[in-house]
Amino acid sequence: MAIETEPGTIQQPGGAGPGAAGQVRAWWMRPAVHTAIIGAVVGYIFGHWLGNLIDSGYPQILPGGGQPDTNDIAIVLGYLFMVIGWLAGLGFFNDLINQMRGKRLLDYQLRSGGDTGLARYFRFTHDHKVVGIQYLVGMVIYFCTAGLFAMAIRTELLSPVHHVFSSSVYVEIVGEHGTMMMMLMTSVILGPFGNYLVPLMIGAKRVAYPRLEALSFWLTPLAFLILLSAILLGGFHMGWTGYASLSVQDASGVDAYAFAFGLMGISIILAGFNILVTVICYRAPGMRWSRLPMFVWGLLGTSVLMTLAGPILVGGMYMTLTDRTAQTAFFAPRLGGSTYLYQNLFWFFGHPEVYILALPGFGIVMELLPVFCRKPLFGYKVAAAGMIGVTLLSFFVWQHHLFNSGIDPDMRPLFMLTTELISIPTGFIFLVAMGTLWKAKIRFTVPMLFCLAFFFNFLIGGISGVFVSDIPADTTEHGSFFVMAHFHYTIMGGLIFAFMAACYYWLPKMLGIKLNQTLGKWQFWLMFIAFNSTFLPLFAVGLAGQPRRVFTYARNLQTLNDWVSISAFFLGLSILIFVINFVWSTVVTREPEVGNPWQSRGLEWQTSSPPPAENFRYVPVVLSGPYEYGVKDGPPVADLNPPAGVLAAAFSGSESAPAEV
Amino acid sequence: MAAEAQATAPGARSGRPSHGLRIFLIWLVVSLAADLLIWFALGPHLPPGTMSSSATEEQSAIKLMAVLSAPVVVFVIAYFGYALTVWRQHEGDEEDGPPLHGHATIQTIWIAATSVIVLGLAVFGTVSLVTSHGAGAGEGPAPIWRPPGAELTTAQQMATWSPGKPLVVQVIGQQWRFTYRYPQFGGFETTELVLPQNQWVQFNVTSLDVIHSFWAYQLGVKADANPNVDNVAYTKPEHTGRFTVRCAELCGLWHGTMFDYGTVLTVSRFQAWAGSTKASLADITRLLPAYATTYDPTVIPAFRSGPVMKKLGLTSAGGGFYPPQDPTQP
Repeated sequence: MAIETEPGTIQQPGGAGPGAAGQVRAWWMRPAVHTAIIGAVVGYIFGHWLGNLIDSGYPQILPGGGQPDTNDIAIVLGYLFMVIGWLAGLGFFNDLINQMRGKRLLDYQLRSGGDTGLARYFRFTHDHKVVGIQYLVGMVIYFCTAGLFAMAIRTELLSPVHHVFSSSVYVEIVGEHGTMMMMLMTSVILGPFGNYLVPLMIGAKRVAYPRLEALSFWLTPLAFLILLSAILLGGFHMGWTGYASLSVQDASGVDAYAFAFGLMGISIILAGFNILVTVICYRAPGMRWSRLPMFVWGLLGTSVLMTLAGPILVGGMYMTLTDRTAQTAFFAPRLGGSTYLYQNLFWFFGHPEVYILALPGFGIVMELLPVFCRKPLFGYKVAAAGMIGVTLLSFFVWQHHLFNSGIDPDMRPLFMLTTELISIPTGFIFLVAMGTLWKAKIRFTVPMLFCLAFFFNFLIGGISGVFVSDIPADTTEHGSFFVMAHFHYTIMGGLIFAFMAACYYWLPKMLGIKLNQTLGKWQFWLMFIAFNSTFLPLFAVGLAGQPRRVFTYARNLQTLNDWVSISAFFLGLSILIFVINFVWSTVVTREPEVGNPWQSRGLEWQTSSPPPAENFRYVPVVLSGPYEYGVKDGPPVADLNPPAGVLAAAFSGSESAPAEV
Repeated sequence: MAAEAQATAPGARSGRPSHGLRIFLIWLVVSLAADLLIWFALGPHLPPGTMSSSATEEQSAIKLMAVLSAPVVVFVIAYFGYALTVWRQHEGDEEDGPPLHGHATIQTIWIAATSVIVLGLAVFGTVSLVTSHGAGAGEGPAPIWRPPGAELTTAQQMATWSPGKPLVVQVIGQQWRFTYRYPQFGGFETTELVLPQNQWVQFNVTSLDVIHSFWAYQLGVKADANPNVDNVAYTKPEHTGRFTVRCAELCGLWHGTMFDYGTVLTVSRFQAWAGSTKASLADITRLLPAYATTYDPTVIPAFRSGPVMKKLGLTSAGGGFYPPQDPTQP
């Protein structure tokens, strides 16, 4: 790795030639979110005009093909040029163009340190810590928006006969809630905590691809807004799965759905690829695979899934869009297409996606348990093997979503087997947790409470997964609220509880402030009770015959549905407490937290909070694993000021040398 | 359970308490009680009931899963409850816990035990698919298991029905209704689903437009309705009475209203119903296309305002699905 030693110029997003050295423009002259918005608007107008130009007099051969009075080609091209305009406004292309013109680029490391002040959070920046914070705020906004849609769903389901929304609006809301949660929450851990903490945890000063990392974030606000814009286009009435051929005949909102989902697919490929390469290539000397923190293992698995499954999603969404615009008929059975093709493509992405949502949670709870048990992680290798096993197996289970679909029944035993097999590596996570708890000295901090709740929720979610994996039992449960409760237990009960644990655990590190622990405990107990009170009865509702995504249901199920709705409002309240705590602690009280409040051995806690511009003054030499609690006379976790010779030996390619120190 | 563990906690610190034995005993008692309750008290009331052969088989599968998973849930919760009660940090104790990195035997036992349970479940599930247990779920045009006498391949076999022979009912999904076609009774088509008691029924599920899912809840039948696909499911209704049919796959604006009710009658009453319906619908049946496993709704668009539409409200096999530009409530 060639280290740039030439003195650079002051950071300017988009780069500048040598002549521009030292010249810093005023904040409003520099590429940032306001120029991006201008670019997006101009791009959309141009694309829409171009689409209308192309489309005039184009024959429609597919049944449906959107509403007759709208133009799918203009909408899709509008979105496409909007993305290009947005990125151009952010200055994303400046480096590329400068490079093509043979101009010298600014060194990345100067950029990360040179950009200060609040305005950097609104810019295309190459600092992984800034991107992490951008992701954090973005994800909280996306999550709360999608959560409001959930509140609307539960409001409608208060009564089977009195309706707040029309049938059409209700299905739109269901689709917006599901899609926003499932597509944007793929990055809820990897975005904020992965980008921020992985370099710190592996002793790196930077990530492998800072531009891709920043690009992956800046695509998410667009995906969010485009998805919301579906409402203006008549919505989409097919849920988050977007099955063809409903997607071909439905209103123009489907264009927004497919474009946003495809865009987010590109974002997760980039984000995953960056973390993958960072973990493989940027580990500090002595950070062997056997010393890698569990959180990094979890994100490594997530990145593999994102990088390999994401392209299938992009492909499926692209085909949906071409079916609707260029009339390709991939999914129109009458014209030689197949609805099964879409289902296979979607779930080949969709099932790994479920584990994209689960693995970071596994990583977080196993990272936090040793800290608050004051014990080493029980069975480190089993834990890592469990996550690798989940990663690999998750590519071989997708057809269990199609057990009743009429696809070749000979496939069913195979997919039943693989689905049930995946509970073995998932079980490892429980083995590790229970072993770590054995004779521990448990500290009931707020992050620990969320971790423990994770195990309870994931236990229920996992066990209900065994019910749906068995085909005779699944016949009743498939497509009902049982399945819906099952995956909310694994994703909301797993991932979101782990996200909360991560917030309370790492925000002091990332922001250098304390979060209010009393409010945290209130939030925890309200969230845990309300969550279980919401989703546990839904298993019964599903078994009693209520299908998903219906706005009316059997009268005898009203009591249960009302109970669920009221619990769901309390669940929403608990999230509100989190937001209030977050804003209160970061904006109003701002109690500084500079040290290591959890007495953690994690490498990320060995630097100051928040970390300096380049994370570590020198590349640290890792001396032992991160979970060696209670080991008498053990070495410290890392040498932060290693002698010069050690580093030189490490960079010359021999990784084993510094470990001998 | 938590209180019980707390009572024994002081003893835990003196001498050599056997934490494992205590957790085992708690687990044994609670999971035994839970399993007995599930098997005897809850089991007979589990969905989807016992109205048909497939419903009974699904109920037993759900019951078995519950009985198997209860001890697992109890074990994890008992362990966590015990651990959180007994092994908590005491006031002023800043020491770390014992540096325990793993335990080869326990890890091996855990991996072996979970593998055995999981593989056992997979074998059980696979065997149940070779028998009638998986027949309630849609299996496509070539099911693994068929009831005796269900090789209805020739036109002659399809032409008539007599007790003892599987009754063929074609389910045609469209936005946002199901219609039912009885090929063994001249191929008449109706919006009423009526089935004979104690006779095997073969559902051939297909769709005209988008993906629907035919879910006869009390019968334990669920089969997706895909356009251009013949999805076969079997069941044998064992009790007379009414059952609910709902669409279980989101199919557009009025998915929520896509439900109706079916009836199971005794064989003689079913035959009487079928005979009279066949006669009353004869003039419309003549206009319908010949019975086929799938239909192209765009073939006979003239039917949309024709006599079929007037009499039945919609035409199903005869084409005429709701165009997407016109999403009116059915």
